[in-house]
Amino acid sequence: MVRLDNLSVTLGGRQVVAGISTELTGGLIGLVGPNGAGKSSLVRAIAGLVPSEGTILIDGKRALPLRERARRIAYLPQGQAVFWPVTVERLVALGRLPHLAPFERPADTDHAAIERALTRTDLLDLRDRSIDELSGGERARVLLARALAVEAPLLLADEPLAALDPAHQIEVMQLLRAEAARGAAVIAVLHDLTLAARWCDRLLLMDKGQLVADGAPREVLTAERIDAVYGVSAFIGEAEGEPLIVPLPHH
Amino acid sequence: MTKSPVRIDIALALLALLCAGLSLGIGPAQLGASRVLAALIGKGDPVATTIVWQLRLPRALLALLVGAMLGGAGAALQGYLRNPLADPGVLGTSTTAALGAVLALYYGFAALSPLTLPLFAIMGAVAGLMPLLFAARSEGPLALILAGIAIGTAASAGISLALNFAPNPFAAVEIMTWLMGSLADRSMLHVWLVLPCVAVGIGLVLLEGRALDALTLGEEGATALGVDLKRTQTLLLIAVAIGVGGTVAVSGVIGFVGLAVPHLVRPFTDRRPSSLLVPSMLGGAALLAAADAVVRTVPTLEEPRLGVVTALIGVPIFLHQLVRARRQW
Repeated sequence: MVRLDNLSVTLGGRQVVAGISTELTGGLIGLVGPNGAGKSSLVRAIAGLVPSEGTILIDGKRALPLRERARRIAYLPQGQAVFWPVTVERLVALGRLPHLAPFERPADTDHAAIERALTRTDLLDLRDRSIDELSGGERARVLLARALAVEAPLLLADEPLAALDPAHQIEVMQLLRAEAARGAAVIAVLHDLTLAARWCDRLLLMDKGQLVADGAPREVLTAERIDAVYGVSAFIGEAEGEPLIVPLPHH
Repeated sequence: MTKSPVRIDIALALLALLCAGLSLGIGPAQLGASRVLAALIGKGDPVATTIVWQLRLPRALLALLVGAMLGGAGAALQGYLRNPLADPGVLGTSTTAALGAVLALYYGFAALSPLTLPLFAIMGAVAGLMPLLFAARSEGPLALILAGIAIGTAASAGISLALNFAPNPFAAVEIMTWLMGSLADRSMLHVWLVLPCVAVGIGLVLLEGRALDALTLGEEGATALGVDLKRTQTLLLIAVAIGVGGTVAVSGVIGFVGLAVPHLVRPFTDRRPSSLLVPSMLGGAALLAAADAVVRTVPTLEEPRLGVVTALIGVPIFLHQLVRARRQW
């Protein structure tokens, strides 16, 4: 669906993504790596938010017009910035903007997409609440619903778990998984390695702008790699049949 | 999703029409409602017809147009800059337009024809726009605000310089009173002059309504929704320069409308920037028409200036709302 060929991003004279080539076809794909590895830059390049070199092929096409690209790629930015206290429903409805011409009224398909996004994220009861009356966890769900409302075949989520408690982290991972199960390709930038290993179908491990490993979570997250990339030791075990990765300081 | 705030639009439109109607009935000549109405539909006596068509109607129409543009520009800029403090003054446009007008007064061009001063003001606004467009090429709204403040400061300095070097005290007083804003002694010529400016300004602002909504999610969020921010920025800059520049040209500098009106109408909308545009235009039109009616009813020798009265009317309402509501923006 999305193919990257020798993709590089240079920001402020520094190359932050260095020649990445891969295919993002489907499933829940975790993008992991230390701070400054270039994860966000890679995601933003795919979303068309930062200039890049190399090739990004979206459904076999390169250089799509902005709105066309926005219909195919939903992007959930880092953080929870919402500048005006609009209602949950209004905010989620923004996800339909790429589908509307300047003065075009939303059609039934748009309303249906908004309902689906609200239903999947369990927000029907909160739809008329103002966004600034919600807790951090609820807000995260609303912003995710906004991204889901685009109904794009590719969803990019930049640190969707940041600042969430464990219950809300699991909730968001479940929602991303459900989206992947529906056929979308979901790429999430993650920091919690246990959650990444537990929920993702595939992991991309980045370091210093490069893709150092790509594959099934258990193959990618070995103790040696974690040491080499993050500079920490790691206890890798299992709990109830699920991977458990605990970073430990070097002795 | 499209539950548009039609009711508030209708209420504000009626209010604006009411204020404009009142304004038609007010003046040194006591005409009475029936004579004014008769004159309006072309069946009045010659005196009433002249007064209504040549003096009062231009004034009422200008109040509506200028108020609508200022309110709409304020709402658009607050949405675009995601800052409830923004108003048309923040980009320096009002000041550069004022500088153009002041130059026309200072060098005496204003005496040549009633159109010279407004044309100079529009040229001032457009001249101020050029460096803004240049600044906007590189960075986002912050660079724009800073450039706007710098340009506005330079233009203020130019105005001060003109006052400083004014050839005689009368010239200085003329400049000062013009700067305070007024709609006195305007003609249909001024209406025809400002109409296209306001049409362009309001049209462009409305065109970018969806982009302003998308900016609720920040610049990256908006870009990811397919909004071309460069285009939005350029169009809004042009809208403000031409629209607000045009209004300054016919009315002088009228502050506060652009800042306050969006805040006044915001509680009656769903708070999306786009849903604020039309109510702000109608609210601005109503406020200015009301203020212009008030300046003519106050029994003072000299008519109080419009810019002063909009502030005097608007500030109490504004503060009341600010105190009453926990958060209105």
